[in-house]
Amino acid sequence: MTDSTEISTGGPTPEGRTPGAVDTGVGTDSRVTSDMFGATFGGDTTGFGGLVRRAPDDTGTPRPYGGWFDEFADALEAVYPSYAEAVKKVVVAHGEITLHVDPARLADVARVMRDDENLRFELLSNLSGVDYPHQAERLHVVYNLTSMTYRRRVRLEVAVTTENPHVASVCNVYPTADFHERECWDMFGVVFDGHPALTRILMPDDWDGHPQRKDYPLGGVPVEYKGAQIPPPDERRAYA
Amino acid sequence: MTITDPYAAAARETTEGRVYTVTGGDWDTITPGDEEERLVINMGPQHPSTHGVLRLVLELEGETVTQARTVIGYLHTGIEKNLEYRNWTQGVTFVTRMDYLSNAFNETVYCLGVEKLLGIEVPERATTIRVLMMELQRIASHLVWLATGGMELGALTAMTNGFRERELVLDVLETITGQRMNPAYIRPGGVAQDLPPGAVEKILDLLEVMRDRLPTYDDLLTGSPIWQRRLQGVAHLDLQGCLALGVTGPILRSAGLAWDMRKTEPYCGYENYEFDVPTETTADAWGRYRVRMAEMWESLKIIDQALDKLEPGPVMVQDRKIGWPAQLALGPDGLGNSLDHVKKIMGTSMEALIHHFKLVTEGFRVPAGQVYVAIENPRGELGAHVVSDGGTRPYRVHVRDPGFVNLQSASAMCEGSLIADAIAAVASIDPVMGGVDR
Repeated sequence: MTDSTEISTGGPTPEGRTPGAVDTGVGTDSRVTSDMFGATFGGDTTGFGGLVRRAPDDTGTPRPYGGWFDEFADALEAVYPSYAEAVKKVVVAHGEITLHVDPARLADVARVMRDDENLRFELLSNLSGVDYPHQAERLHVVYNLTSMTYRRRVRLEVAVTTENPHVASVCNVYPTADFHERECWDMFGVVFDGHPALTRILMPDDWDGHPQRKDYPLGGVPVEYKGAQIPPPDERRAYA
Repeated sequence: MTITDPYAAAARETTEGRVYTVTGGDWDTITPGDEEERLVINMGPQHPSTHGVLRLVLELEGETVTQARTVIGYLHTGIEKNLEYRNWTQGVTFVTRMDYLSNAFNETVYCLGVEKLLGIEVPERATTIRVLMMELQRIASHLVWLATGGMELGALTAMTNGFRERELVLDVLETITGQRMNPAYIRPGGVAQDLPPGAVEKILDLLEVMRDRLPTYDDLLTGSPIWQRRLQGVAHLDLQGCLALGVTGPILRSAGLAWDMRKTEPYCGYENYEFDVPTETTADAWGRYRVRMAEMWESLKIIDQALDKLEPGPVMVQDRKIGWPAQLALGPDGLGNSLDHVKKIMGTSMEALIHHFKLVTEGFRVPAGQVYVAIENPRGELGAHVVSDGGTRPYRVHVRDPGFVNLQSASAMCEGSLIADAIAAVASIDPVMGGVDR
């Protein structure tokens, strides 16, 4: 999914087929498939096989982003002097904008976005983690900010390694981040520097490991159903 | 061998001073009374007034709560992790079990996320049915809030009446989906099946009954001096506090801000419905009661309009690579694939059979990317952060449950109040632990 090489998930892959049939909104998405069932040759007439999955391109979306995204980015650049260093790249896809931010400066960016009158992101709607084990900075934390004034939503994303999983806490900017950051610590092992009491929240206090990481097993036992052994979900056949 | 009961220990020394662990008895006989005392009460997770398996740790000074902490996780089921091992359609059966009082909302927000990644448009009729389901569910959820909240405050008639009417709503949901709860009826691409014969009439009957019954709650509770004193001025949280704590839904609207995503960021065609967003300015449990009662009336209005908007048409996307191939019919052993459909795919169309087989075993692929969609559920902003790696299974789905976020306001609402008002505060937040813990 995030390897640097192209992955073919079975079936013949004709040369010269142009990928990018998928509409990713404005600009280019970092991960593009050829299309959903795009077998144009070969024996698989259903088209279910033969999917070409492309590695993400890490370049981000160039300007102009389209819609209000440019207006927003201009406003943030104008009011936040270290924009160029803090924002590593901007991705516009599926009609949403994502700013990839330096983990150490995240809280600063969030504060500016909350306070500036042209931005006014009053509400931290959501904070959650995603684990991309094939990346060096595999632990991502995404922040969905909502501007109630302008009716806009923006996503901030930071990426850290498991060896140094430190992200600046936004609890001082958005007190609502308290539970969210505890959950993200609990599930992914991301350490939020500056959180008042970063303890587990969903799992028991003495739990080992961080269950939502991709290398943490789902667990489960085989069950018998009408005489047949059904393996647990993580051992069943998976179609990539 | 001696068995030691940790709770029987009379006293132990800690860094905080001497700690007495007691499970009952007269306070004066336990401590010498010559030291500064702090009483910490552990309430729940098995307590009839904590609105589910919620644990409150309250520090008391007499009857006054000086510190309140909520402890959650007792209903954590790992739904988000489990989703990653099922295909996109199966995911619905998992998310529906999160906030078990608003199944239709969980299903819709998840499906909207998947559909946004797929870039598909759902047929008009399916969207209207979704609105119908969600508003029916909103009424059912508010009725459960009234019932449990009333029970926690000692209004047992509110409990019996609330659950009675809620069951009427669930009857309708059962007619449509086959199940009272957790129906997995809303699927990526549309809904599982069309409204069965008689469903519209049942909904109309329900509307009539509800228009009759809702005023009786007002008669029973609104004017009652006991109900007023238990709620008015209790669990105060002003607008600034709400925004800082990320609180949305009826709590936010009781503080005066008409933030309802059906109006502010319309989805599922809500911009085409006429309804009001009830608000109050008292910012207390009373305001939340008034807001929720008024919202049930607004939901009735929306249901009425949705029934008018129901035009015949498909209820699932026509793209055979995505639309779940089920053609459900009621057989002698329950709801299942219609025999006509099975006959057709087995006998006359090999392509249809292959499609059916592939879609069911393998599932469809969703283009890579991430989206965040949010809808207004009975408790506030229900969001879904859906990530796909281009495969047949969700790479990561995180559901932002309003109960989880709103529960953070419990400390702010309880501290400084009487312990009895802490119950009213938690009831007014209306957390559903299935959604909080996921």
